[in-house]
Amino acid sequence: FKPTKYGGKYTVTLIPGDGIGAEVAESVKTIFKADNVPVTWEQIEVSGLSDATPTGRTEEAFADAVASLKRNKLGLKGILHTPISRSGHQSFNVAMRQELDIYASIALIKNIPGLKTRHDNIDLAIIRENTEGEYSGLEHQSVPGVVESLKIITRAKSERIAKFAFSFALANHRKKVTCIHKANIMKLADGLFRNTFTQLSKQYPMLECNDMIVDNASMQCVARPQQFDVMVMPNLYGGILSNIASALVGGPGVVPGCNMGRDVAVFEPGCRHVGLDIEGKDQANPTALLLSSTMLLRHLGLDDHANRISNAVYQVIAEGKIRTPDMGGDATNHQFTRAILTAMENSL
Amino acid sequence: KYEGKKDAQGNYTVSLIEGDGIGPEIAVAVKDIFAAAKTPISWEPINVDPILKDGKTAIPDDAIESIKRNKIALKGPLATPIGKGHVSLNLTLRRTFNLFANLRPCRSVAGYKTPYDDVDTVLIRENTEGEYSGIEHVVVDGVVQSIKLITRDASERVLRFAFQHARAIGRKKVRVVHKATIMKMSDGLFLQCAHNIAKEFPDIEFDAELLDNTCLKMTTDPIPYNDKVLVMPNLYGDILSDMCAGLIGGLGLTPSGNIGDECSIFEAVHGSAPDIAGKNLANPTALLLSSMMMLRHMSLNEYADRIEKAAFATLAEGKALTGDLGGKATTRQFTDAIIEKL
Ligand SMILES: Nc1ncnc2c1ncn2[C@@H]1O[C@H](COP(=O)(O)OP(=O)(O)OP(=O)(O)O)[C@@H](O)[C@H]1O
Ligand SMILES: Nc1ncnc2c1ncn2[C@@H]1O[C@H](COP(=O)(O)OP(=O)(O)OP(=O)(O)O)[C@@H](O)[C@H]1O
Ligand SMILES: [Mg+2]
Ligand SMILES: [Mg+2]
Repeated sequence: FKPTKYGGKYTVTLIPGDGIGAEVAESVKTIFKADNVPVTWEQIEVSGLSDATPTGRTEEAFADAVASLKRNKLGLKGILHTPISRSGHQSFNVAMRQELDIYASIALIKNIPGLKTRHDNIDLAIIRENTEGEYSGLEHQSVPGVVESLKIITRAKSERIAKFAFSFALANHRKKVTCIHKANIMKLADGLFRNTFTQLSKQYPMLECNDMIVDNASMQCVARPQQFDVMVMPNLYGGILSNIASALVGGPGVVPGCNMGRDVAVFEPGCRHVGLDIEGKDQANPTALLLSSTMLLRHLGLDDHANRISNAVYQVIAEGKIRTPDMGGDATNHQFTRAILTAMENSL
Repeated sequence: KYEGKKDAQGNYTVSLIEGDGIGPEIAVAVKDIFAAAKTPISWEPINVDPILKDGKTAIPDDAIESIKRNKIALKGPLATPIGKGHVSLNLTLRRTFNLFANLRPCRSVAGYKTPYDDVDTVLIRENTEGEYSGIEHVVVDGVVQSIKLITRDASERVLRFAFQHARAIGRKKVRVVHKATIMKMSDGLFLQCAHNIAKEFPDIEFDAELLDNTCLKMTTDPIPYNDKVLVMPNLYGDILSDMCAGLIGGLGLTPSGNIGDECSIFEAVHGSAPDIAGKNLANPTALLLSSMMMLRHMSLNEYADRIEKAAFATLAEGKALTGDLGGKATTRQFTDAIIEKL
């Protein structure tokens, strides 16, 4: 799809989200401005924290955000908090993905040069079905003390995500696609997911396709992550593996991601954490959101801007002098952002 | 709690399921090491080849009786027959004996280097319900529902066991892992039960962690988990226990126990390794460590400590490692090295 451009500028919905969202969004805005990126933000404050906004305002803001995304077709988003309490609302993050039908979530897991972790040479993409599975929200208590929770797997959505994974692999010059499932136990549900994948894979002889049970995949992921290229899976396993894999390359502060549908694309950190514990302390690492925003720029064909920004981010991290605490440094988000701006100026 | 009785010779009888593939070889290793350490155990070998009873997979009656009588069993790997109709034998065993808790400790083995050092996690998995309820149906062609079942009874049972186990091994913290933000009712119930049971154990610190955070933090740095016992619903336990095994070098090194009210079965979680079966190449460590868990469950701690020390010393020395650990030793040579240390 082609997003609309008015007066030479694209309008993009910006939802900073809870926790550190506002801080890292500020960093993106500053850098976009400095680089004269032709993007106008339509910023919408939504919060999943029940006491953050007056009652009623929460759901309203959520509706505004969805409407804005439908209109602009493009968004950059932080993470919204989800309460545990049963009376609390459903996850806004999940509701947004379902309502906009942004069915494919991508997390790009790659070692950042100079940022030393326990593992090297990791370069994998986790593609996760975003709209069904264990996140259906269908639960009931049949008798007191007995709860049933429904997991829904459909052929249509399994097909859609498998095709997405294959196309993603081809478009990004990747060689292998691994389907992750638990079909030995959930023979019908995960069986359907896996069989659909296997059937479709025959149309892509240029790709190496295999499948792996989710517990084994989690073990392999911490032991030998280099074996993975593109991985595609139902919703819950995506949550598990994206967290495991993110930890291998530096954590939620550095992993970018995106949610794609037929009409709308929303870019957000690939490892979704609110970061309430460091909120307001100027400690957050904006790298994940910055790299997500450069994915957005490439999506718009603004590769020059994207490259300038991502090169500067990588350069500052590689130099190693100015890093946020999660990367082992003691710089604030502001100092780190400033260093990126300087690197961008110097590259001109 | 194990309530088996000694026989006239002063030995406890343990049912032994040698299993398929490399099972018999690693079982011999354990038996030889136990004999060398003069462990007061006599083995009762049993056969659990599945039979079909009323169209359902079942364990032969004499095997069931043996385990019921002895209240304890050690089990090698069983190859799950692929094809329709057969439920996995492991699942059948769990159901037959109502083994409601799966206990999976993972400890780094000195001498076997991985990217993670000094790991010492203890994870307990609910073993009877959740996503493994087996209740699934096709609503219409192309739409499948799979039911995750969480009950208060099963949740309380496994949670209580987690707290008891924490006490038994001297850990002061229990942490429940859940996804109650999304599964508000099912995981919500599990979490609520945890809060209730925690009140029965005022000496143990209790907290809860979202599954995503556990995955992230354990993989980033497992050390903060060394003083905790983790407890969680079935699927999360399955996935995370294998993940922990990955931290220390894989399934060849990780033991496991299936605990029930009446019987308990200790087993190596790795497969039957048909590719190396009968070649004297298998690593018996996982089964041996499982048998150490078994000895401790039977309150035979001195024997467990002694054998474990010899095994870890042999692994640390690295002179007699099997192929999976990068060595050249045979199963026999590795076993003999441990016996020599004893
Ligand atoms: N951009 C970031 N920069 C640095 N650290 C981050 C960033 N995002 C998340 N983290 C860290 O990752 C960890 C996991 O995040 P956190 O515990 O806040 O997850 P969460 O999803 O907010 O959890 P909860 O749902 O319990 O609030 C935290 O220690 C947090 O500080
Ligand atoms: N105790 C062991 N010692 C040495 N190698 C092992 C051991 N257990 C497993 N392996 C190796 O690990 C790999 C996987 O083995 P595993 O038996 O789990 O496979 P599997 O095909 O899942 O078997 P099964 O069908 O019985 O589950 C094989 O290459 C095997 O040789
Ligand atoms: Mg498993
Ligand atoms: Mg196996």
